[in-house]
Amino acid sequence: MTTDARPVTARLEGRAAGWRIVARKEFSDHVSSARFIVLLLVLGVAAIVPLYFASDAIRSVASQVTDTRNAFLALFLFSPTAVPIPNVFNFVGIVAPLLGVAFAFDAINSERTDGTLPRLLSQPIYRDDVVNGKFTAGLAAISVVLVAVVGVISGFGIVRLGIIPSPDEVIRLLAWVVLTILWVSLWLAFGLLLSVVIRRAATAALVGFGVWLLVAIFGQLIISLVAGVLAPVANAATAQEFVSLSALSATIARLLPLTLYQEASAVLLNPTVTTVSTPTTVGQWQQWQQQAQGQLLSFDQSALLVWPHLVSLVALTAICFAAAYIMFMRQEVRA
Amino acid sequence: MTDIAPARPSRRRRSSPATDPAAAGAPIRTRALTKRYGDFVAVDVLDLEVRAGEIFGLLGQNGAGKTTTILMLLGLTEPSGGTARVVGLDPARRPLEVKRRVGYLPDAVGFYGNLTGRENLRYTAALNGLGAETEEQISHVLEQVGLVGRADTATDTYSRGMLQRLGIADALLKDPDVLILDEPTTSIDPIGVVEILGLLRSLVRERGMTILLSSHLLGQVQSVCDRVGIFAAGRLIGLGTVPELAARFGDGAAHLEVTIARDDAEAADPDTRAILKSIDGVSAVDWDMPSGSWHVSIRPVEASGSVREALLRAVLERGLRLTSLRVVEPSLDDIYRTAVAGMAVAGTTTEVGQ
Repeated sequence: MTTDARPVTARLEGRAAGWRIVARKEFSDHVSSARFIVLLLVLGVAAIVPLYFASDAIRSVASQVTDTRNAFLALFLFSPTAVPIPNVFNFVGIVAPLLGVAFAFDAINSERTDGTLPRLLSQPIYRDDVVNGKFTAGLAAISVVLVAVVGVISGFGIVRLGIIPSPDEVIRLLAWVVLTILWVSLWLAFGLLLSVVIRRAATAALVGFGVWLLVAIFGQLIISLVAGVLAPVANAATAQEFVSLSALSATIARLLPLTLYQEASAVLLNPTVTTVSTPTTVGQWQQWQQQAQGQLLSFDQSALLVWPHLVSLVALTAICFAAAYIMFMRQEVRA
Repeated sequence: MTDIAPARPSRRRRSSPATDPAAAGAPIRTRALTKRYGDFVAVDVLDLEVRAGEIFGLLGQNGAGKTTTILMLLGLTEPSGGTARVVGLDPARRPLEVKRRVGYLPDAVGFYGNLTGRENLRYTAALNGLGAETEEQISHVLEQVGLVGRADTATDTYSRGMLQRLGIADALLKDPDVLILDEPTTSIDPIGVVEILGLLRSLVRERGMTILLSSHLLGQVQSVCDRVGIFAAGRLIGLGTVPELAARFGDGAAHLEVTIARDDAEAADPDTRAILKSIDGVSAVDWDMPSGSWHVSIRPVEASGSVREALLRAVLERGLRLTSLRVVEPSLDDIYRTAVAGMAVAGTTTEVGQ
């Protein structure tokens, strides 16, 4: 045994961690897959169409205004009035769930139906290496495209429009990219959960699509209906009542993760946005006061404002991933 | 596809099975191993020992608990009770080391259809931490299973049998000490089965590998197994070599198939029947209509030789035209049927045949 044990342990120590091998394989699968091309197209359109209109608008006003602050971030915030398309962050907010689910809905169940799961798990890796590796690979694939798209928009702004971002703007943009990756990872984790729970990939895809519709299209409708019934802000008689009803209404809206992402995006990308909604705390009230004096928020103030949003998104992601992880660990290898 | 390269001695230096402490103890051993799914007992207090360098056949119908047993041996399913030791290790506690040294071909094995056979094997090699030796080892195992010609096409074009061959290559890639094959011959054509079984034999002979294989096609694997265990409803109801099991579970008789050509071939020719019946040791003579031959039962089994001699003599004396005389070997199918029937009668279980 002594002659035998040594090379075995040497190999186990010398190899890369199991999840990295799984992630590498899954990433190369993703990059050569049809859904990656769809991802490129979708995010590409999301970037280029608003960019086209934004650059027109910015050029037309740039000559008159010399002291425009945050012109660079306007590239991401601009929503063309000529055509009804949302700005970059609203668009990403809506398609990211779909992309996240698309990259994960068949992660585990396809391994099951293809009969590759028992073979994969009989290799010397831990079982969670499979989930971790697949999650990482999906996140990496989407992040690469996202960063590339942000890079293209920024580069276009710098080269064609001559807008040089200030350090504060760069930080804001990076923070928004991190926020968006977090937003995508929530949906990736949700897709992974679907792939663990639902044995058929097609069913998982349908459920994922249904949830996306609920969140992106009907969610805001339902939430505003519910908020209208429970917190009729318009009926407020006193200022006190107005504030408390507004707070309730905002809380109801934030039950939808999409609200969290869009509010956080708006604050991080736009220093003139000083409140996530109607002020409900003393701190927010003070910031509102500052805005009244025409001041812009510094990045750390903006970050402070959306910190609860970030924490909520992290928590939601952690819950989805943990559920997927635990259920996968407890599942039988055989269907 | 036609010839299979013999197993090559491992490049890794290895002690012979006899001096290997883990192998000197059985490479696979279970003690009261039990797996329950709710009220259903999939594996019921299993005591099993597979010796070093043998091919052990785990036989039983679908749902008899073969695959569950195998999954517990690999640490892929946790036992509800009892213990298992594979290469001297507890697979429930040290699964990585066990999986490093045990090659496994799952039932209904699958591969990533978008990758070629070779790419699929590369992934397995990476997961096993095979370094510089990867490509050489991949070519070698592909050669062993006779898949070199198709190795660079995507596996979604493979037939079921080819996938199974690739699965065996995949299991051999890590150069394992123990090979566990779940239904290795099920979808392979008859010639392929002979090749695969030949490969398994050579792996045991030249590499000292220990092989556990499961099958429900009893006749297919009986030629290659040193010992077999018969599984029914989660329990081992018979264990031993095929002749041993035949002696234990057989009907206690030897059987001959005799074909005698006569001009006036009559189905139940009383004359021929009487001649056969008169031989000492023959217990029963039956006319088998479809084959046009006589089925002669001999009791006890040991009388088989003398009966054949007497039968030939009688044939010559009576001037009968003997066209064939065949000893009917007791097959595992018969043993299996008898064993299961015996169990059902004894009332030990009512789940047989599910």
